[in-house]
Amino acid sequence: MVSAVSTDVSAAQRSTAAESLIEIRDVSYSVGGRSIFSGLNLSIPRGRITALMGPSGTGKTTLLRLITGQIKPTSGTILFDGINVSSLKTRDLFALRRRMGMLFQNGALLTDMSVFENVAFPLREHTDLPECLIRNIVLTKLQAVGLRGAAQLMPAELSGGMNRRVALARTMATDPEVLIYDEPFTGLDPISMGMIVRLVRHMNSALGITSIVVSHDVKELSELSDTSYIIAGGKVAASGELKNLKGHQSDIVNQFVNGLPDGPVPFHYPAADYYQQLLGSEA
Amino acid sequence: MKLLRELTDNAGDFAATVGGVTLFLGRVLGQVPRALMRPSLVIDQIHNAGALSLVIIMTCGLFVGAVLGLQGYDLLLRFGSEDALGTAAALALIKELGPVITALLFAGRAGTALASEIGLMRATDQLTAMEMMAVDPIRRVIATRFLGGLIAMPLLTIIFIAIGIFGVQVVGVQLMGVDSASFWSQMRSSVDFDDIFEGLLKGCVFGFACSLIAVYEGYTAEPTAEGVGRATTRTVVISAVLTLMLDYMLTALLL
Repeated sequence: MVSAVSTDVSAAQRSTAAESLIEIRDVSYSVGGRSIFSGLNLSIPRGRITALMGPSGTGKTTLLRLITGQIKPTSGTILFDGINVSSLKTRDLFALRRRMGMLFQNGALLTDMSVFENVAFPLREHTDLPECLIRNIVLTKLQAVGLRGAAQLMPAELSGGMNRRVALARTMATDPEVLIYDEPFTGLDPISMGMIVRLVRHMNSALGITSIVVSHDVKELSELSDTSYIIAGGKVAASGELKNLKGHQSDIVNQFVNGLPDGPVPFHYPAADYYQQLLGSEA
Repeated sequence: MKLLRELTDNAGDFAATVGGVTLFLGRVLGQVPRALMRPSLVIDQIHNAGALSLVIIMTCGLFVGAVLGLQGYDLLLRFGSEDALGTAAALALIKELGPVITALLFAGRAGTALASEIGLMRATDQLTAMEMMAVDPIRRVIATRFLGGLIAMPLLTIIFIAIGIFGVQVVGVQLMGVDSASFWSQMRSSVDFDDIFEGLLKGCVFGFACSLIAVYEGYTAEPTAEGVGRATTRTVVISAVLTLMLDYMLTALLL
């Protein structure tokens, strides 16, 4: 189905797509009258690890939702391997998503299924593989994340880090071309975080998977990512290798990369005068 | 003027909701054939909606039957026709009380469970995760649960009626001394196929309505704890009101 759609794509788009797997061109997105992105441009190179960073509320998760076709941009184009994601019908979009895998911040495991069944879920839904083969694939993926021994546990019995590792095994089960990680390090202890970093790096180098990582964790991402985009004010504020962005001329990039408490992104949410409010009666 | 504007707004909201439910129903019905091709998933949901509601249905059926036996006996005794207790109670249970009370109990037990389960799946990104795995949650989650409820409801209605008649018999025949032969023979001669058809039809229609409301409210729930709670409450309230409205319409139609 996707190939049928892709025939509509121009040759020029295809040549760009050969270098970059995902192209975001002049994308604007507004919700409830509030502009999230205005004229956003960026490209995700094929087979590399790309970090999407930015202050909280800047729309990083929204960008992932745009890339995966969960929402449509107000204007602009999002190309996945030359295919305009926002113009796809549901069936074609689902066919495209079989080439993607997404790791959610909370794991999003199906709570009525065991760890084994969670990892087997996409295989059972999309393939007619015999049960013995599904079993072997699931055990292989669980072995890769170090949780083969937890195959029969239920999601409620897992810690946060284990939950995310199972979700990663499930995402890997169908061997997608691109893996999208939404805040994969949030709330993890250093051991689990190191394990996830190693897995992301390993899958990228061993399998050539394109990875997109959304995170605030500058230290981890500077070791992990090949290229980074810092998004602020609805646009790309800076891009390149993260270690080279530390002395960036933009104040907002500097504040973010160096973790400064105050700057263009204020510490305080806009509010009335502090003393007047204290002396007044309004909350 | 303000009142008129509020009325217009409310009418607009109501029309939008009806439109939303209709479109949702269309999507669900469109996925029903594919859901039926995975019978094990539907059977699981019949178990969740039906088998897990059995205790409450049987207990309530027994006590409704027992009360009906007491009240019916007291009423019929005034006219000297207590032998007609079997007929009166059976017709009341088959045509009205069985389907209606089963639907109200179904909405309270299985409907709320469905709405909160689906709402929590939405709130914890499980439905989004399915969409990202190219699995349509309408087919995998909603259509199977809708079918489970739709099939379970008439079965629960039959069980409720059977237990209810047993309750009437225990009170009427065993405690109050109504003649057993009269009780059963009058019931057999008075209750015909049309009465049973009416009861089953109501069971099916209420099952359709209650299951649809539950899955719709769960699917469209705001992904917060408060939103899931609100969806659960709305499921019970809307299902109860709709059941009683549909009951009147069906009764008027079938009389």
